[in-house]
Amino acid sequence: MDSPTDRKEITKLQELTYELKVGDAMTRNVLTVSPDATMADFREILRANRISGTPVVEDGKMIGIVTIEDLIKALAAGELQATVRERMHPKPVTLYADEPLVHAVSRFSELKYGRFPVIDRNGSLVGIITQGDIVRAMLKRLEISYREEEIHRYRASHIFEDIIADEMALVLGYRVKPRDFSHAGEASSGLKRTLSRLGIHPAIIRRVAVATYEAEINIVVYSNDGGEIVAEVRRDRIKIEAMDRGPGIPDIELAMQPGWSTAPDWVRELGFGAGMGLPNIKSCADMMKLESTVGVGTHLTIIIYLSRNDRERSAK
Amino acid sequence: MKLRQVLQIIEGKVISRHVDLDSEVTSGGGADLMSDVLAFAQDGMLLMTGLTNPQVVRTAEMAGTAAIVFVRGKIPPPETIALAEQKGIPLLASKYTMFETCGRLYQAGLPAHGLFELTIRHWHEAFEGRE
Repeated sequence: MDSPTDRKEITKLQELTYELKVGDAMTRNVLTVSPDATMADFREILRANRISGTPVVEDGKMIGIVTIEDLIKALAAGELQATVRERMHPKPVTLYADEPLVHAVSRFSELKYGRFPVIDRNGSLVGIITQGDIVRAMLKRLEISYREEEIHRYRASHIFEDIIADEMALVLGYRVKPRDFSHAGEASSGLKRTLSRLGIHPAIIRRVAVATYEAEINIVVYSNDGGEIVAEVRRDRIKIEAMDRGPGIPDIELAMQPGWSTAPDWVRELGFGAGMGLPNIKSCADMMKLESTVGVGTHLTIIIYLSRNDRERSAK
Repeated sequence: MKLRQVLQIIEGKVISRHVDLDSEVTSGGGADLMSDVLAFAQDGMLLMTGLTNPQVVRTAEMAGTAAIVFVRGKIPPPETIALAEQKGIPLLASKYTMFETCGRLYQAGLPAHGLFELTIRHWHEAFEGRE
């Protein structure tokens, strides 16, 4: 049985063979041989360039392929003066440069050839590919994705330790578009990811994410022309402000009651607008302030402390 | 409970790619109201829902939900599946109703996680006198 990690790696390799094209892996500067060269000349080309076969080209057109096997046969028969034309394989099997690499992989396993000439859609020879080329291309791509993953895993948590100051704050701003439900949540998602890179405790991140997401949904649903979410991260707490130039809330106390909602049907159909948003935000926050002026807009501020100590210290 | 067992119990199907069936869910909960999910979901929870828009995945992401089961035979639209694959949240489907899907899993031992804290105060006020 292979482990789940193995399986994941295999899937990744398989994906790569679809992602990469033959043209990405092939060798571009193809050495060719003329059909009128002798097999002795061909031997010299192989030896000097440490290769094992070349396409045969006449008047700029590929007419065949000749390989080390053909050379060995010629050697055994003592026919090194025979021409390449006599010994080559005419009409070689080719691959297109824009085919996925997986086609090359299956061709190699099916035909057991050592190499395939690569042509473009006009039929011109543009490269040659061996199994070694495929392995190299895959390794190179794996290395790149590995590095990307390393960068992805990079934690910015040390910036809090590296910065020397009595006070410091990291301010993150996100814009929220009105009535754009397909992108609703992107601000919260971005904030959540950033906080986890900063090394904030997952339980804290969860409260921030839920509260911010509800606030973001409110801006999407109710504001006239969108709004913004600003998160201020300090050593001891995260402050989130959600501001919009919306219609405003006439009765905040009423709006805070679970189940109270003025949401239109289309919002309810999406699973929101049942009057749980603001109570939800409140339950996630250590401090919540909601200011609203009808006709002007709404300004929500919440604070979530990073530890119980910080919360208690601030209460004093 | 592993997703593999969940699938057997609900006779379900996997509908997103790259799902690790050996990953664990620690509790279950069902709702079509995303704000309720945000309020009661916990890390590792399996969410049963009849709602299929991409906000379900966003909600799961924010709430730390481990996987989503779409009940009543509902299949989510491609944008929901794409977002779930991007976020690494497995999507499963059940042909059974919300009640039966949850019932099968609860009977098989997948726990719920207590009462809905957001409204429990109102419950107490209404039925058990002030506290």
